[in-house]
Amino acid sequence: MTANLLTLIIFVPLAGALAVALFADERSIWSASFIFSLIPLALSIFLLIIFNPGNNGYQFVERHTWIADFGVSYHLGVDGISLFLVPLACLLVSLTLLYASGGEIDHRPREFCFFVLILETGLLGVLLAVDLFLFYVFWELTLIPMYFIIGIWGSQRRVYAAFKFILYTMLGSLLMLVALVYMVLRARGFYGAATFELTDLLRVSFNHKEAVWLFTALALGFAVKVPLWPLHSWLPDAYSEAPTAGSMLLGGAMFQMGIYGFLRFAIPLFPEVARQAGPLFMALGVVGIIYGALLALTQSDLKRLVAYASVSHVGFVILGVFTLDRFSVEGAVYQLVTHGLSTTGLFMAIGMIYLRRGTRMIGELGGLWRPAPMLGAMFMVAMLSAVGLPGLDGFVGEFLVLLGAFFASWQAAALAVLGLILGALYMLWAYERVIFGPLAKPDASETTDLRPREVAVIVPLMALMLFLGLYPRPLLRRIEPSVIAFLARAHVAQPVELSSSGAKAGDLAAFGIVQ
Amino acid sequence: MMAGSIIDALEISWRPVFAPVVVVLTALAVMLVGSRLGEEESEGLGWLSFGGLVLATLCSLGAVGEHTLAFSGALIVDYYTAFFYCLTAACAAIVVLLSLDYVPALALPSTEYYTLLLMATVGMMLMAAAGDLIIIFLGLEMMSISVYVMAAISRRDPRSSEAGLKYFLLGAFSTGFFLYGIALLYGATGSIKLEVIARALQTPALAASPLVLLGLALMLIGFGFKVAAVPFHSWTPDAYEGAPTPVTALMAVGVKSAAFAGFLRLLLVYLTVLHVQWGWALWVLAALTMTVGNLVALAQDNIKRMLAYSAIAHAGYVLVGMTAGSAAAGAAVLYYLLGYACANLGAFAVLVAVERAGQPGTTLTDLGALAKDQPMLAAAMALFMLSLMGLPPLAGFVGKFYVFSAAIQAGYVYLVVLAALNSAVSTYYYARVIAVMYVSEGAERKLRPRGPGLLAALAVAVVATILIGVYPRPYVEMAAGAYASAAGFARAGVKAAFLSH
Repeated sequence: MTANLLTLIIFVPLAGALAVALFADERSIWSASFIFSLIPLALSIFLLIIFNPGNNGYQFVERHTWIADFGVSYHLGVDGISLFLVPLACLLVSLTLLYASGGEIDHRPREFCFFVLILETGLLGVLLAVDLFLFYVFWELTLIPMYFIIGIWGSQRRVYAAFKFILYTMLGSLLMLVALVYMVLRARGFYGAATFELTDLLRVSFNHKEAVWLFTALALGFAVKVPLWPLHSWLPDAYSEAPTAGSMLLGGAMFQMGIYGFLRFAIPLFPEVARQAGPLFMALGVVGIIYGALLALTQSDLKRLVAYASVSHVGFVILGVFTLDRFSVEGAVYQLVTHGLSTTGLFMAIGMIYLRRGTRMIGELGGLWRPAPMLGAMFMVAMLSAVGLPGLDGFVGEFLVLLGAFFASWQAAALAVLGLILGALYMLWAYERVIFGPLAKPDASETTDLRPREVAVIVPLMALMLFLGLYPRPLLRRIEPSVIAFLARAHVAQPVELSSSGAKAGDLAAFGIVQ
Repeated sequence: MMAGSIIDALEISWRPVFAPVVVVLTALAVMLVGSRLGEEESEGLGWLSFGGLVLATLCSLGAVGEHTLAFSGALIVDYYTAFFYCLTAACAAIVVLLSLDYVPALALPSTEYYTLLLMATVGMMLMAAAGDLIIIFLGLEMMSISVYVMAAISRRDPRSSEAGLKYFLLGAFSTGFFLYGIALLYGATGSIKLEVIARALQTPALAASPLVLLGLALMLIGFGFKVAAVPFHSWTPDAYEGAPTPVTALMAVGVKSAAFAGFLRLLLVYLTVLHVQWGWALWVLAALTMTVGNLVALAQDNIKRMLAYSAIAHAGYVLVGMTAGSAAAGAAVLYYLLGYACANLGAFAVLVAVERAGQPGTTLTDLGALAKDQPMLAAAMALFMLSLMGLPPLAGFVGKFYVFSAAIQAGYVYLVVLAALNSAVSTYYYARVIAVMYVSEGAERKLRPRGPGLLAALAVAVVATILIGVYPRPYVEMAAGAYASAAGFARAGVKAAFLSH
């Protein structure tokens, strides 16, 4: 059972996609795809339970030769960094399907379920692949389903947004491919045989010039996907033009891919360059935080507001990752999970408002609390999680990132805090205008509150937000060994030497975060 | 081949060329039967040609283990030849399947059509097997002249005549260049045999002589026309657009693969000594071909023109592999051509299925909302576009990957980066086809009933595009084996010649 656990998790959705393609009746399509998405969810929860937290290497490894001539193997594994992203992706796909079946996707449901399930296979493959070729295959596999989801079921400017999405990503990923091939050929000079194994490539020594170029190519591919300012311009269009279900997947389950690429590949492969480029990326992250927050303040469309908030939040994560400090990297990994939850929650809230009121414009909404208090409450929880209110999940990650960043550069941390304040401002202001105040239109008083299906989608999200906010230890305990291994690889030999000493673990305990 | 009598020599020599002979005989049979049958029974001729081509494909499989010179070295029959025999014969067979409905619908003269198709195939096969420059030339001409006529065969359609005329004029012009190149090379080395030329060029003084270099340059121009490399590509879009769609498929896949087969054997196998000289020329050609092909394809609204520019772009990627000039690159190019053939034939098959009688120019809007009317057809087209785009795990991706890695290995990193950027650009126009099928609204369409032949062709293309990509191993080995066999032949030939001196 556990021998092929990861393969099962990845390929059950694909099998589901093919099976769903055979159904004709709309109801059975929705229920079949939902059931198919529950299987990997159950399996990944099982994976969480039997994962050994003490081990900092890959677990549940599967390895078979695939294309021997190119040194490509089918090699899967999971470690503390990817462990929680897997069930998160499964959960979000299930919730998306459940949500979408409630009427948002009103035409061509079969194709929709097909693409969502293919996308799930791609996402899970990206998180679990240890072979770089396999990683690239899954990476590209996520592209096309999302292109269709935006292009077919999106709103007015959907075709434009879909093209922008695919062109940006392809540009980055093809440069990444060239870098991969170059690395593998160098590895061949090193080992005598081509290999795409991450573990093998980590031992190849590149000269500085090569390393700079290769890191740049990889970083470009990942940064487009993150997206890092100034490569973000596809994001507001894609997020806001996609159907709610697509935005949930984009903002909740796909934004991790780029960051994950940095954590798993770009930084460990070229630690020296990554350290040198660290300040640059931290600066770009901080610019992203402020820029995203400022633009979010000016948006009149709720969805674009959340899109820019996302730009701001991923800035935080990048800041955390490139601080290369134990606190901040753990915080960043934690944020990969929590930001996924809160963004999904926000997009869902907006989608529900849109279904009821037919608009996402802040100016045309108002006073929704009275007719729909549950909707308002749910929106509030998601919003507060995104803002980083203590007690909810967003706070933990942000706090850890800032803690680490203060050690590395107090200026960066100070600016990031400014971003936090702006974040509270644009979120609360938008919330106030949409939910409180007078009714924008007389018929708004007839707005219906949440339906049972919507409650079913929201409850798991809210429960997780609360749980992860109050009790982060189970996650951090499993993330930590892998983060330490990551940092050992990244050789943090920076002024904040104290951060890698034993004092740090004591600090963590002092904050009551890790025992 | 040491036998004394001519009869012995003939006996040994016929077996390896069995496949082209089968095609020639089929062509003759088509002519005979066609003269007896009325035009309305053209489908029978189609099936006859199809049978002959399938038989030829099977015969070429028999040539896989061969390692022979036939007709005193004019033909080389080895794994490489067998590979291209199979590729061209199978491609022609699929084109026949596409033509079964098409020929009667457009009232094309079926006897001439199928005979020309078969003779063009023989020309392609000769190019793949050529052991001397005259055979390359003969193959090139047999193929080209047949295809000129086929491009113009729809006599009622002025665009078809225009396509044929343009193709013919520019093609004939390029043949002149090519022939001139042959003459100069012959003058310099005293032989038309590739093997002897290769041996003669071992002398550095001769290799650097202006006669040789000019000859090489002229031959490159001739080949450049045939594979539609920029700046020799200007005939392509008009010819592709105007020709009947199955003929376009033949031009885009068969003609191009055959030209590359001859080109590759000449440059990468026999003229490796001159790699310094032709390497940079191909570098420039590759860079121009990819970039111009991709950029102009962005602006096309007619899907056949778009596929024409896409074919130009793909010739550019193949040229990237050839520029590298290594053994890995040779194998990569063969593999690439295989993947390219599957996706392109498939795409043209979809166009044939969508095309309405009397409206040969298929614009993008003609594909509008295809996903609603014909979900399977649209899904197949999307698959082919994704493979041409180079998306894993389809055949096009593995081909691109293989070519890129061969080129990087040979040190052409900048060229590969350019190719990668170009691929990114190409995403736009391929994705646009998908968008039109899935997103936009289209006019009501009445599709002609599709015969089993077309569906079979589509099924083969779909399965091959997926299979070659997901499980590339046997095909990679095949490509590597084929190229190694050609290279081994050349080495052995040069060595034997040295020993005999």
